[in-house]
Amino acid sequence: MQELLFYIFSALTLICGFLVVANPFTRNPVTSAMFLVLTIVSMAGLFVLLNAFFLAAVQVMVYAGAVIVLFLFVIMLLDVKEVERQHYNLFGVVLGLLGLLSVGGMLIKAILASGVGKDLHPHMEGTTKDLGMKLFTDYVLPFEIMGVLLLVGMIGVILLSKKNLR
Amino acid sequence: MIGLEQYLIVSALLFSLGMMGVILRRNLIVIYMGLELMLNAANLALVSFSRFTDTIDGQVMVFFVITVAAAEVAVGLALIVALYRKRQTTEVGDLTSLKL
Repeated sequence: MQELLFYIFSALTLICGFLVVANPFTRNPVTSAMFLVLTIVSMAGLFVLLNAFFLAAVQVMVYAGAVIVLFLFVIMLLDVKEVERQHYNLFGVVLGLLGLLSVGGMLIKAILASGVGKDLHPHMEGTTKDLGMKLFTDYVLPFEIMGVLLLVGMIGVILLSKKNLR
Repeated sequence: MIGLEQYLIVSALLFSLGMMGVILRRNLIVIYMGLELMLNAANLALVSFSRFTDTIDGQVMVFFVITVAAAEVAVGLALIVALYRKRQTTEVGDLTSLKL
């Protein structure tokens, strides 16, 4: 059952991820954003299979909830017309695919050659309680810094979106 | 039996897909989505390492990565909007001069 779910979710993740970056039917950014939602939700399914229930919930809330809404807001705010810029730069496409295949092949070959998963078994029962304990004991300083970072990000965004940028 | 390798392979493939988006697409917003895919691939690798090595630190790391990614998306999209106000374009091919 778990294996079947793993294959379903990873296939969904990869297919939707491919449709985000290279949809053969349309080059509309809204379509890409919608497929990004599907990618992220199926990745949350993979997180559930890895017993990271809290992170799956956070993934759906933060990415599929907040980040995608932000993307859609900006796409609709800018009202980008996908004008007839359909001329593919064939040289660029071929080089990009070549680079992609070499990077992906290199990573996969390295993973398989390293034997990294040898006699490792999935036995971590990472409950939300454990995560919270770790977060508020060992990682409390990074946690606080993260709050400051979010504040800085917020101020930066407000400053950047002022009409007369000085 | 699904082992660590399978998860890492999915993660590697997703990372290369995101990289393909960054390289091939010329719309700034879609390039940003490619960056998100790459961040997500790293998250998947971290969570699977955490599950298979019996430590929860990977999940804490992913929590921080998600937070930083949210802040990064907000700032990046604000930059794109500011750029669009100046230049009326989001295509990287049109952004060839340093001067605004």
